[in-house]
Amino acid sequence: MNIWELIITSLIKILIIVTVMLLTVSYLVYFERRVSAWAQNRLGPNRVGWEGILQPFADVLKLLLKEDIVPVIANKPIHTLAPIIALFVAFTTYAVIPIAGTLNIFGYSIPLVVADINMGILYVLALTSLGVYAITFAGWSSGSKYSLLGGIRSSAQMISYEISMGFSIGGVILLAESLRPYAIVGSQGAFLWNAWIQPLGFITFVVSAFAETNRLPFDLPEAEPELVGGFHTEYSSMKFAGFFLAEYANMIIASAMIVTLYLGGYNLPFINIDSLGLSNGLVILIQVLMFMIKTGALLFFFIWVRWSLPRFRYDQLMNLGWKVMFPLSLLNIIWVAILIMVFKL
Amino acid sequence: MAVKKRQKDLTFWERIYIPEIVKGLSLTLKNMFKPKFTMKYPEEKFIPAASYRGRPVLVMEENGEERCVACGLCSRVCPALAIEVQAGETEREKERYPEKFEINMIRCIFCGFCEDVCPEEAIVMSKDYELAFSNREEAIYGKDKLLVPVHQLQDRIDFLRNYK
Repeated sequence: MNIWELIITSLIKILIIVTVMLLTVSYLVYFERRVSAWAQNRLGPNRVGWEGILQPFADVLKLLLKEDIVPVIANKPIHTLAPIIALFVAFTTYAVIPIAGTLNIFGYSIPLVVADINMGILYVLALTSLGVYAITFAGWSSGSKYSLLGGIRSSAQMISYEISMGFSIGGVILLAESLRPYAIVGSQGAFLWNAWIQPLGFITFVVSAFAETNRLPFDLPEAEPELVGGFHTEYSSMKFAGFFLAEYANMIIASAMIVTLYLGGYNLPFINIDSLGLSNGLVILIQVLMFMIKTGALLFFFIWVRWSLPRFRYDQLMNLGWKVMFPLSLLNIIWVAILIMVFKL
Repeated sequence: MAVKKRQKDLTFWERIYIPEIVKGLSLTLKNMFKPKFTMKYPEEKFIPAASYRGRPVLVMEENGEERCVACGLCSRVCPALAIEVQAGETEREKERYPEKFEINMIRCIFCGFCEDVCPEEAIVMSKDYELAFSNREEAIYGKDKLLVPVHQLQDRIDFLRNYK
């Protein structure tokens, strides 16, 4: 493959992934509203189109037509920059997450990931920590005390949980001996998923992922009853929509990360797909479907948890982060190290 | 130092938190499949009980005449001054009938005093709650809109006889 072919295939992949992401995000919002309604014995939005299937587009249209209000005392450049950062982080992180194996088409073999880089996990960690800036900037630049409190909480929360997140990933990397997402998926294969080998790390990672994406029970940065809207109190129109999109896109990334790191990525459970002797196209199709099913199930889990659990108090959040999650993720690393020593995994 | 025992200390399993989370999750999951309480309004309509105070209407007898004798008590008692009655004479036994009977539905507060005070059981509260107007003139209901056949109001009349 020469450089031009590489650029063109990458552009096509980016186009597909961004389109799929945007569609998934908009339907995730719809789905969240429906699931929340079902959990509360309601029906949820079911008017626009069949069973409300066009609701997301109606929502976006409404947000586009809204007036964009910026507070007088806001720091305008930063106020505008914050949602841009949020969206940038949300849509670039996905670049390194593999959706399926290598597709052989028209004589090319194309790995189904935008950028197959050898430090993919570090890239994800770096970008998701940039996401803190979006929220902190939004909170600080709005010139409102509620926004500021949301921003402060968010930075404290994200920094605390990033540590346990990083240490849980440490266990995965020890086993895979690589930071490349493909290598991590490959090392898990069909049987030895990290969720079975290191359940402790799985739990700490999932909890940290909830905290990192600001989802309930850790949605202190926006805590509606206490902080009005938290960091996006002073945002309206498409800037607000930007934060909204970014939140749901982050959810997708968190789910995809959990799948890649702990649930065997695109592998079928307990069946080695290479042993079935299927054609390359079929294998890729099954792998993409598998990946989507797993991610979808996790997204449902995210929504499900949101409508089941109450929010943590700020001190409880910090206690959990530093006194429980951090030691547990350390313990997980030791556990993995022992496994490697004993079984030579 | 004596440890103060709280009213309800968490047990070990509650402290671990995960079993409790699973309990909560299973509860919400169960509720997701239960029948819904929401009514799909324009298609499905709420039918109130007899005690419901909807739009006040005039009772129309089986022969197509109103029961009202135009005594004017309802318009007198109406706290919102929504009712206007003009009496006319008739050859029939009751001698009087309302020439004009208007209820301004923007003014009406659905208190039911008119119904309470009526000596003839001629004005009662119906179950009709769909009251929306696009201008003020439309909101003034004349006799054409107020007269409702008695068999449609039997529910309310029975209720009044029992509890009034």
